[in-house]
Amino acid sequence: MKHNTLALTLAGSLAAALSTAAFAAPKTAEEMQGMEKCYGIALAGQNDCAAGAGTTCAGTSTKDYQANAWKAVPAGTCTSMEVDGHKGMLEPM
Amino acid sequence: MTRFDERETGLPRRSGLGLKPEHYQSINDGEPDVGFFEVHAENYMGAGGPPHRWLETIAAKYPLSLHGVALSIGAAGPLDKAHLARLRTLVERYRPASFSEHLAWSTHDTGFLNDLLPLPYTDETLQRVCDHVDETQQALGCRMLLENPSTYVLFEESTIDEIDFLTAISDRTGCGLLLDVNNVMVSAVNHRLDPYAYLDRFPVERVGEVHLAGYDEAQDGAGDRLLIDAHATEVKDDVFALYEHLLRRAGPLPTLVEWDNDVPAFDVLHAEARRVDGALAAEAARRNARAA
Amino acid sequence: MTMGFEAGQDAFARAVTDPEAALPPGVTSRRGEADAMRFAVYRNNVTVGLIRALEMRFPVARRLVGEAFFRTLARDYMRHELPASPLLFEYGDSLPAFIEGHEVSESLPYLADVTRVEAAWTRAYHARDAHPLTIAELAAIRPEDLGATRLVAHPSAALVRSAHPAGSIWAAHQSETVTPPRAWQPETVLVARPDMEVTVRILPERDAPFAQALLAGEALDAAAAKALAADATFDFGSALVGLVSLGAFSARTDDEDLPK
Repeated sequence: MKHNTLALTLAGSLAAALSTAAFAAPKTAEEMQGMEKCYGIALAGQNDCAAGAGTTCAGTSTKDYQANAWKAVPAGTCTSMEVDGHKGMLEPM
Repeated sequence: MTRFDERETGLPRRSGLGLKPEHYQSINDGEPDVGFFEVHAENYMGAGGPPHRWLETIAAKYPLSLHGVALSIGAAGPLDKAHLARLRTLVERYRPASFSEHLAWSTHDTGFLNDLLPLPYTDETLQRVCDHVDETQQALGCRMLLENPSTYVLFEESTIDEIDFLTAISDRTGCGLLLDVNNVMVSAVNHRLDPYAYLDRFPVERVGEVHLAGYDEAQDGAGDRLLIDAHATEVKDDVFALYEHLLRRAGPLPTLVEWDNDVPAFDVLHAEARRVDGALAAEAARRNARAA
Repeated sequence: MTMGFEAGQDAFARAVTDPEAALPPGVTSRRGEADAMRFAVYRNNVTVGLIRALEMRFPVARRLVGEAFFRTLARDYMRHELPASPLLFEYGDSLPAFIEGHEVSESLPYLADVTRVEAAWTRAYHARDAHPLTIAELAAIRPEDLGATRLVAHPSAALVRSAHPAGSIWAAHQSETVTPPRAWQPETVLVARPDMEVTVRILPERDAPFAQALLAGEALDAAAAKALAADATFDFGSALVGLVSLGAFSARTDDEDLPK
């Protein structure tokens, strides 16, 4: 596709997307939130509790037991993640 | 060396609490009666986002204490200039009523070790710590408080007593001291010292803030009692009694309750703050009655 | 005096992260003897503290492999790489790459990409605040300038392109009960924080090359050409409006304005 032709196609495509009912006019913040639902699949996650680790100036009485004596094996929800024989399933390590 | 006026800053002689993300909303909504909030500086060194938004809101309502946990003032090597610059940015942005750090080290050329590690007390280490405190105060443009540590080991080469070491740093640099009463109990039990004797020798007139926290118990290799500075429970009764002894000697002081692990609902923290305010009010009343 | 200050701290730092190492010289107790149980408090503080930092940042990965295995994985990672700075919320930025090279990826090939989503989440949370480019600003671009326009990625925006349903797996672990994804297919996840809420969104797969090229700073025409080459059904207008509405960009700039 030639550059000019592509440019015209892009402008037309954008104009079409902007002129559909959902995108007709400049949006307020609230309207934009509604619009987000139109694109992609929204995934809900917890927002404030996963800010990552904070520092601490405390010590801990929890001991770190070395796992060297035994071979650790994944044993969480990954065991239920199998789908139609795809490679999502857990296989023995 | 510039000396910084201790009257430039100062926290109220009230209870304070550590500010935790899980409590942002309830503190903002409920505006609890607490004298001040303290944050770990390192948790606000991100570029933006909710932590700064919340801290701006809460620092507009309460006096703020900025408490560093990772400057590594007790390191043998030089201070991290980038980290000092980050601290300075925070001090300029939030204008805290107090900045404090620890007599400990946590950064080495292998990386950040995320713990407050101990150092021997010698003439050599004293000079290094003084240089670092001085460099910090120059960089931040304010007087800082230096906190006594909880320790689990001693060093053969130590030649200076901990209180003499802290006093000498304060003498040489003009810095104030942060007296952690739980750390006094932890170190005293761990090294078979009398915590009351420690407090009675401590230069309390230089104390700008007091810390309280809960310890945990373990045993050392000989089966002896070994206390751990865990910050995961209420302040233990023996530590609170030691704190009341301090107040009788020094009068009311700004007092923070630290609770960093297994952080409970805000009401539980607030109850600890009220207990502290009760002790502060009782001491103030005792002094007024004596003066009358 | 047994050794100098620097040498003493070198030895202490080595011993505190290496459980096989002897206690550092000069460490003692009131009884006048070195006590491994006392020194172990520091080892525990460092190791448990850093493992906990990774557990907090990667809760989905932890649930996927279970607590015990995650601890082992985190300990391996910690021995491989200590935090580069005291900004602990940055610790684990390289965990996805570490997992990719770890034997666990042979049986759980999606694990690394799930940690990429989790790492992007924390980065977005702490990213520099910036006003997102609005639909009105997009609409104001003159048609003749459109092709050469480049958009500036929002400081919080990150794309995770996965050969696995990394977004669906992440989402399934945000609640108590975990329902495995119905379809096992590649997913492209956009993580962004246009205001104070971090959003996580699975993009239409045909838009993935376009989003990737735009976030990398390519001009709209070049990005569109890549997307069309990959999938002829690609719709430029809806993809661009969609990405802008998610807050993926903070500004636009024409070719001439772009710093060379």
